[in-house]
Amino acid sequence: MFERAVAGERRALGRLLTLVERGGPAGDELAEIAHPRAGHCHVVGLTGAPGAGKSTITGRLAAAASAARADDTPGVGVVAIDPSSPITGGAILGDRIRMDEVIDREGTFVRSMATRGSSGGLALAVPGAIRVLDAVAYDPVIIETVGVGQVEVDIAGTADTTVVVVTPGWGDAVQANKAGLLEVADIFVVNKAERPGASDARRDLELMLDLGAHPVEGVPHWRAPILMTTATDGTGIDELWNEVGKHRTWLQETGELENRRQSRDRFEMLGRVDELLGAVGRARAESDHGVRLLGEVKERSMSPAAAASELLNDLLQ
Amino acid sequence: MTDAAAATDGEPLRVILAKLGLDGHDRGLKVVARMLRDAGVEVIYLGLRQTAATIINAAEQEDADAIGLSMHNAGHLTLAPRMVNAVKEAGLDIPVIVGGIIPDEDITELLDKGVAAVLGPGASTDEVIAAIRDSVPS
Repeated sequence: MFERAVAGERRALGRLLTLVERGGPAGDELAEIAHPRAGHCHVVGLTGAPGAGKSTITGRLAAAASAARADDTPGVGVVAIDPSSPITGGAILGDRIRMDEVIDREGTFVRSMATRGSSGGLALAVPGAIRVLDAVAYDPVIIETVGVGQVEVDIAGTADTTVVVVTPGWGDAVQANKAGLLEVADIFVVNKAERPGASDARRDLELMLDLGAHPVEGVPHWRAPILMTTATDGTGIDELWNEVGKHRTWLQETGELENRRQSRDRFEMLGRVDELLGAVGRARAESDHGVRLLGEVKERSMSPAAAASELLNDLLQ
Repeated sequence: MTDAAAATDGEPLRVILAKLGLDGHDRGLKVVARMLRDAGVEVIYLGLRQTAATIINAAEQEDADAIGLSMHNAGHLTLAPRMVNAVKEAGLDIPVIVGGIIPDEDITELLDKGVAAVLGPGASTDEVIAAIRDSVPS
């Protein structure tokens, strides 16, 4: 099926992404096949508050990227994430409706994904999905996060270039100086820039950047540019695509790209370590030993932390 | 996650919801989207003014289990079979389910032409889920 996807069969690629989402042995096997062939595409992450215009910008950006692609490449991969209901697990994945009218369907592959219980603005399957799209030569791959608040910054650990979208009236300079989302931006977009307050939003971001890290001799410095867009009519999108390109070049020239990818690999590996160790721990908690330890916690003769250490004692040597 | 909406292997069903052509009545589609979400389905919502080509494109990329069409403009006898044929021509094995205002006397014809199920106003969540589950190839 992987070879069929490489040959351009979209249905095969769609099915592969389902295997990634399902995980398990089939997902792991796919990662084994895809990983050696991946590592070429530029990953662009778009994040921002709900309703800021992420989907519309993603669609427009994909269209711009697709228009600029070389003839022998399949085009632009898009993964658009929306939240799963924490109650029922269901989801309404509604990002395509903002994109279908503008994207070139031949040169773009759009996949909607539900978070399925993940809380950092991404779905667990995102790194795997990027790997597969990358391995079948989609470049760039654009990831649109769920609408986020202030601290859901998983995207920055996943993307090469992180674009943070704000809108006029999103907050003032104090909001801008709080920690979180704004710290991870490589590029800022003030969308809905035709609305009142757009220049104020821009000014507040500039002020925040002025207060931030200053260039140090010998350390590569990138000051996040601030772009004004009206995504609904496409204003400013070419400039945004241009800035993404500049950031990509900067990452490559400074070696920062290698750093980011290394920390991404590490992040993914450690995430899997957590998962595997967690599975071992949960299984052991069900064993006689685990039940006995839980009993001691109940009797208050042992703390939960001590019980956990005891449970994994052989692994913690 | 409710058992009703989980596919046979425990994964959530992925269902495309769309309206074909010039038919602006999307209230029903939104109600069904919410109903399915609340039953644990992942709804890929395409909304208004879709074509068979855009739906096929989405079905392939999203690896959808089923396509739900909402019809309120009396075009169902033309448009629904066209959608069924487009699915077949694309080599896909995905059921097309029709909801909306469909006169009783048209239901048999739609089913004869390959529509997997026809659901009218008042169909309960359980009925909708059952119709999807029964028509998705296992």
